[in-house]
Amino acid sequence: MSEQGVSRRNFLKVSAIAGGGVMFGFSLLADASPVEHLAETIFSPNAFVSIDSKGLVTLMSPNPEIGQGVKTSLPMILAEELEVPWDKVYVEMAPLDQAKFGSQVAGGSGAVRSRYMPIRNAGAAARQMLITAAAQQWAVPETECYAESFVIHKPSGKKLSYGELAAKAATLPVPTDVKLKDPKDFKIIGTRVHNIDNHKIITGQPLYGIDTRREGMLYALVARPPAFGKTFKSFDDTETRKVAGVKNVVQVRNLVAVLATSTWAAKKGRDVLKVEWQDSDKLESTTDHDASFAELLANRSEKPGRNDGDIDIALANKDFKIVEATYEVPALSHANMEPLNFFADVKGDKVELYGPTQVPAGLRNAVAQRLNVPQENITLGMPRQGGGFGRKLQVDNGVEAAMISQAANAPVQMLWMREDDMQGDFYRPASMFKYHAAINPSLNEIAAWHFNGAVLSGGSAGKANGFPAGSISNYRSDNHSLKTNIQTGPWRAPTSNAVAFADECFLDELAHHMKKDPLQLRIELVDKAKTQPIGRGAEYDHAKYKSVLELVKQISGWGKPKGPNVYQGVAAHFSFSTYAAHVAEVTKMKDGKLRVTKVYSAINCGRVVNQSGAETQVEGAIIDGLSHALFSKVTFDKGAVVEKNFNTYKFLRMKDAPLEVIVKFVPSEDPPTGLGEPGLPPIAPAVGNAVFAATGVRYRKLPFEFPKV
Amino acid sequence: MATYKLSVNNKILTVDADPDTPMLWVLRDHLNLVGTKFGCGIAQCGACTIHYNGAAVRSCQLPVSDVKDSKITTIEGLSKDGSHPVQKAWSELDVPQCGYCQSGQIMAAASLLKQNPHPTDADIDMAINNICRCGTHYRIRKAIHAAAGKKGVSTK
Repeated sequence: MSEQGVSRRNFLKVSAIAGGGVMFGFSLLADASPVEHLAETIFSPNAFVSIDSKGLVTLMSPNPEIGQGVKTSLPMILAEELEVPWDKVYVEMAPLDQAKFGSQVAGGSGAVRSRYMPIRNAGAAARQMLITAAAQQWAVPETECYAESFVIHKPSGKKLSYGELAAKAATLPVPTDVKLKDPKDFKIIGTRVHNIDNHKIITGQPLYGIDTRREGMLYALVARPPAFGKTFKSFDDTETRKVAGVKNVVQVRNLVAVLATSTWAAKKGRDVLKVEWQDSDKLESTTDHDASFAELLANRSEKPGRNDGDIDIALANKDFKIVEATYEVPALSHANMEPLNFFADVKGDKVELYGPTQVPAGLRNAVAQRLNVPQENITLGMPRQGGGFGRKLQVDNGVEAAMISQAANAPVQMLWMREDDMQGDFYRPASMFKYHAAINPSLNEIAAWHFNGAVLSGGSAGKANGFPAGSISNYRSDNHSLKTNIQTGPWRAPTSNAVAFADECFLDELAHHMKKDPLQLRIELVDKAKTQPIGRGAEYDHAKYKSVLELVKQISGWGKPKGPNVYQGVAAHFSFSTYAAHVAEVTKMKDGKLRVTKVYSAINCGRVVNQSGAETQVEGAIIDGLSHALFSKVTFDKGAVVEKNFNTYKFLRMKDAPLEVIVKFVPSEDPPTGLGEPGLPPIAPAVGNAVFAATGVRYRKLPFEFPKV
Repeated sequence: MATYKLSVNNKILTVDADPDTPMLWVLRDHLNLVGTKFGCGIAQCGACTIHYNGAAVRSCQLPVSDVKDSKITTIEGLSKDGSHPVQKAWSELDVPQCGYCQSGQIMAAASLLKQNPHPTDADIDMAINNICRCGTHYRIRKAIHAAAGKKGVSTK
């Protein structure tokens, strides 16, 4: 398997640590067998590829790995163009160096989308240089040579290994014009490749930021304001300093950190720390937000996001049927399974950082500013991360750790307890949506659609140009923002994760009023938006939107008789350049309780890079979305989070999980578009619509309050 | 502070710790066995699941002073080289996404299969209640069946 080895640079790091006498090192290398890979790198035509004299090919994976699979899929693309078998490569996580590696970000489902061509070019350039080196050595035309694990001279059958060619290839100029492989010759892209870190994960090796252990390191727990609107006033650490193992207490800005020789000592020290907080701003509650949303939605926004035709004329038409509904979604926590943490070692104006972040460059920049040290004095290493979901687009964990290390003058592993994580999040903002629609009964079509949405500040309520925009003659989208001092931020599939629920359920309501098949209605609307488009262009591609509806119709046996007590609901959504349509099956149990037993999903994401990784992303997005739709909400009481841990902030458990999730991809020759987020938005509405089919009751608020198993 | 002799992964190890220190932190901070993960600290998520005399328990609620001569097995000691049928099925079926909760999931599944070598879906529903934010539940179910040898290991 890949990644058994260790690069020279990391080997040196491990050796140094071992020499220091601690049990094991800092990095990802617990199962390393360093002696095998001491050969010098001799060919490295670009930042992504290096080949040593023994022929070991090392591929650098440049983007943070948060569970979205890019540590596997990006090197697959590289190996494909380099013509090297997957089981012969060693994959290494790149450190932060954007000058070498380009933008190193995990967000917006964009890693594969943005890197597909640049990485193919990098791999192809290296391959071309190896071919040139072989051709020169044999004094034959390059056109007679090709690469496939080796460089092979076609007429004679002679071959040379990449290791044998590396030294010569290194003397050649890097080609500027490279020939990419014809996709029909792909051997790795599109296949099923195992997660590169599987073995380390299943054997419990130290892969994550929270696993960082360094000589002299102190564990830091931090007291932070207990509510939004409160700030630090004073503290008394007399009792804390009496706790065995507590080494120091430091106050920086709004935080008081307890540093100790173990997490438990730090926690006991923090438990007896006396901190006085003062009210510095309004202390907000969810009930206030809900009342303010309702007030905002009594009016239209100053400027609509989109305004086609005239909804008022249609909504006033006495012959039309008017349908109104209000949908509500709560705030959510990111609740990464790995609570926030970061390692920092600040020595004078030199800073070493290691920990979980989706934006390493942004984090380094923030640390540089806060500590007033030059960026080039800061190194940042990226571990595998126990989730991301948007939380680590914020840089507070790294900045806190660095400030504490600086103040305490010690290497620090800063860790958040779950309660810290719940109170200190940048939440998915709560929102409320009010719909008015007019149905023209003589044509049995939607004559008007009015979306009026309100969201806590920091978010955006609606997607004005998303489906069904473009298919309805009178269409208006109004958006309000409610100013709050509660931190909000992107959460897996921002905006889409809330509005898709409301839009797609309301569309189902209209289909029901029109006595139309809801899946067929969507297809009709997409066709209409293509053939008779209304207003400016919508954001979706008609053919692709339709492709997922048709595929999910086929794989789910939509409209055909199901087993007894089994009901289906459909929903679709376009986000982050990818199209997703799900059919959820709900089974009504003997006691009347409901369980989502099966989900069918059709996805159009361009070319699939890793079949296994792609399936897991969609399956995971569906179950993650279902979990939140069934159980999760964050509410605030005077600035404090009510749900402080997983006993009240609930998740789906195995008994609530679908027994089957069927994911199919629309075959595509288009470049890959990304999969971390797009599978999530349509699951809540698909379930809501299936529950309506099963019970005749429309649940318009998340989390769903229907009777669950 | 007190000194404890603990049987962890078939080795006798000595630690100095406060009596109320949960085994989770003894393993992670004192013994450097960091495969056992911290998730919630209140026995809700199961990321810290270990085997305690062979049964799955949540180590965040197990004070070191209670352990005495009980046998502790962590993910690092489940097998020498990842060859436990549950570990193999997890790998073959690509269960992990972020991977953080999976050592707890694997320990829970291994314990289930020890008690019930051929669990039904209903048995799995009852026995496995760890949290996974990535939503790997469907693959966990398949991997448990695969490890039980019922359906063989395949992804489709």
